[in-house]
Amino acid sequence: MRRALPREHFEKPLWHTPFHPRIAALMTHEQWYGWGGYLSPQVIRDEEMEYFAIRNAASLFDVSPMVKYRIAGPDAAAYCDRLTVRDVFKLKPGRVQYTAWCDDDGKVLDDGTLFRLAPDEFRLCCQERHLPWLLDSAIGYDVEIAEVTEEIAALSLQGPTSYAVLRDAGFAGIETLKPFDIRSFDTAAGAVTVSRTGFTGDLGYELFVPPAQALDLWDLLWNAGQLHNITAIGFAALDLARLEAGFIMAGSDFVPAEHAIRADRRRSPYEIGLGWLVALDKPRHFNGKRALAAEKAKNAFRHCLVALDIDGNVPAEHALVYHRGKREVGHITAAAWSPTVKRNIALASMTRPYGDTVVNDLWVEIYALRELVYSKSLVRARIVERPFFNPKRRSATPPGVF
Amino acid sequence: MPTPSFDAIVVGGGHNGLAAAALLGQAGRRVLLLEASDTVGGAARTVALAPGFRVPEIAHLANRLHPDIVRKLDLERHGLAFAATNLSTTSLSAEGRPLTLAGAFGERLEGDIADSERAAWAALRGKLLRFAGVLAPFLAQVPPRLKNGGVADMMTLGKLGLGIRRLGRDDMREFLRMVLMNIADVLDEEVGDDRLRAAVAFDAVLGTSLGPRSPNSLMTLFYRLAGQANGVQAATAQPRGGMGAIVAALSAAAKAAGVTIRTDAAVASILVEDDRAAGVVLASGEEIRAPVVASAMNPAVTLLSLVGARHLDTGLVRRLSHVRSKGTVAKLNLALDGPPPFAGLGPEGLAGRLLTAPSLQAIETAFDAAKYGRFSDQPALEITVPSATDPALAPAGQHVVSINAIYAPFRLKPDSEAGRDGFEARILAVLERHAPGIGNRIVGKDFLTPADIERRHRIPGGHWHHGELSIDQMFMLRPVLGLAQYATPVAGLYLCGAGSHPGGGVSGAPALNAVSRILADGKAAGGKSRR
Repeated sequence: MRRALPREHFEKPLWHTPFHPRIAALMTHEQWYGWGGYLSPQVIRDEEMEYFAIRNAASLFDVSPMVKYRIAGPDAAAYCDRLTVRDVFKLKPGRVQYTAWCDDDGKVLDDGTLFRLAPDEFRLCCQERHLPWLLDSAIGYDVEIAEVTEEIAALSLQGPTSYAVLRDAGFAGIETLKPFDIRSFDTAAGAVTVSRTGFTGDLGYELFVPPAQALDLWDLLWNAGQLHNITAIGFAALDLARLEAGFIMAGSDFVPAEHAIRADRRRSPYEIGLGWLVALDKPRHFNGKRALAAEKAKNAFRHCLVALDIDGNVPAEHALVYHRGKREVGHITAAAWSPTVKRNIALASMTRPYGDTVVNDLWVEIYALRELVYSKSLVRARIVERPFFNPKRRSATPPGVF
Repeated sequence: MPTPSFDAIVVGGGHNGLAAAALLGQAGRRVLLLEASDTVGGAARTVALAPGFRVPEIAHLANRLHPDIVRKLDLERHGLAFAATNLSTTSLSAEGRPLTLAGAFGERLEGDIADSERAAWAALRGKLLRFAGVLAPFLAQVPPRLKNGGVADMMTLGKLGLGIRRLGRDDMREFLRMVLMNIADVLDEEVGDDRLRAAVAFDAVLGTSLGPRSPNSLMTLFYRLAGQANGVQAATAQPRGGMGAIVAALSAAAKAAGVTIRTDAAVASILVEDDRAAGVVLASGEEIRAPVVASAMNPAVTLLSLVGARHLDTGLVRRLSHVRSKGTVAKLNLALDGPPPFAGLGPEGLAGRLLTAPSLQAIETAFDAAKYGRFSDQPALEITVPSATDPALAPAGQHVVSINAIYAPFRLKPDSEAGRDGFEARILAVLERHAPGIGNRIVGKDFLTPADIERRHRIPGGHWHHGELSIDQMFMLRPVLGLAQYATPVAGLYLCGAGSHPGGGVSGAPALNAVSRILADGKAAGGKSRR
């Protein structure tokens, strides 16, 4: 049978995720945005309530638009090991690696999470689309690559009561799931793959099901979560939480190499705080290894990423960073007043040696719009450790009940 | 770790492999040359065709052997001599009006042609040779590095700029106007005689996937005209003893330089240890170690098959797998029991090149078929009679004929696969038209399409140049961006074959440049063994 030719595409330029009916029902502000071609909530009811759900209760965020690739075959591990900067042979089945991958010049294409679902099967989750790169990387490997974004519905359940929600929803044995573990659970909503991962720096889980089970899963969590103050959230709340956790985002804190029109905007992992991922000692080649080894040997990093604690309480979004108040040495990539740590925090991309060996006497120029007039203030900024917020509950196993 | 018994292994015993091995041997390296087939020489070898008949298997003319190769390896002492230089080119005519371009690239036109055409040709020829002369040094040296380059790189670029500037104002403008044109447009502007236009256009497109009207087909003519034979620019020559004499001289030079040559030794993989080349593994499983490996094989084959993608970055793998390398030339070698009956050709004409292309448009039409994956209906032929120059190639009174036929596309439409025999028949039909009765004299033959060349010589696509000669695959982009300096990302592994700059043809230039890189790297690392 011939399918009808598309004609009403313009009416819905963004796709609906499998969870859309539930989110749309809760949505009061119609604050949507486009994420990877999907309609996603920016704010559902109240940004602050949603943020505090992450830190004080349980938040439910639809991460179905996250780009997902299935990598399977006898050479899958060798393939992933050559693709990414970490040692994939150290990643056991049932575990997740936070990782990054680079082009030939050692510039970051994206960061993401690599799930080893089985000895010969991986799932790569990330922000950007990379299929041509992944397919060309498969030349010489016995491996199959497929984008499975549409085939997998995903929810991120984050916050101190997230464990209690899953326990009450019937995820038997969830208490033994350690950070970066993956396991499948039989539930009233069918089989659910759960990983103890997230983008909030808090106790939390990510749940994956086929789209047909999506609404059952939502309802299962929603009902079990009522006593635990489960709250559906939009990206605005998550963005604040991820900043507190010190996580970087492609497109915000760095420009993915394939998107950079200006060659000097590309960054190596060392230049965006991901140097710790780069396993130069793995005895096998990986993409960008030679360039990264040379960069490291020559200490040739031109930039660095730092966490800043800035005086006052005005978020320093898009501000420039100065040394001694005069010389421009970097710019803020993300900034906010942190409700949890009660500090004015920011991430900044700095030009070395500033931020690396020259760390004192840094100033941030903040422009704040006050009734149609910009007030400019030059305030002190101090380099601090990342993450800004790292609660013990994040990694405690078994997790606490709050 | 056991001490390697060789300092360097050269993979592939074609003329570039032989030249690289000989040059490395001369520099004091202990060199092992490995050749997969039973004889060295690759596409430049001369083979037996029938009892008593020998013929250049693929390459049948010398027009770009690098003078530095001849000099450094003292090839003359090793037996190289030219039986005929400045071979003429005759554009055969079915109407009995052949036109002969005598001397290097038609220094004189012999035949029935208007005086105005002679004058126009003299002007165009002069211009083309001047322009090719400007490019000639650039087409021989190591291509300059635009990033991280040194003084030498800037000098190379500077010299090209200076060469163009020295042409004078008018010629410089003309050069820059023309350099990316196609040969058909150039000829449309300047000459009208069909035979002449066909002869020039044929030289521009032979060995490429271009028709006369394809972009850049003037550049491929410049490539050809930048060559020289016996000191004469753009000349074509026959070595005494046939093309095989070049290979024989190179082999002798290699042996004199202490090179160990092993035939029937196909390399299955190149060993990589700690990101360095460590030697090779033969198809037999035998492992031979050496700190330097120079591959005269195709760059993509070397890196993707012998080294393996897992030692390389994805971007490089992507570029290598996109190198266009699809041959278009079929080779038909014939043994005749008498002289080839070309009408109206004297001994000198017979010793030269004979072309059968009635017009430039006929070549373009022949190319159209190839563009769509079919053999040409009316192939254009470049015919030589090697035995006319060197009688030793055939029994007394008998001859061998060597024919390049275009176009025979490597990538055929599925239903055209069977066209191989038909194409051979069409070549013979064209031949018969110009040499009636030649078919009855054939006592032996060998027919090679690009697919056969690929199988026999491990040249991907059966392409003469191991990668199309077009602007995006030449100079600093040959074989691909990042490999133009003959070194590879795997330390100790070098490329020294026609896939590297400047390209194919029996020149030895890629080997010359690669060896200078190898020796410079060795010097930089201090000490010849670099352990």
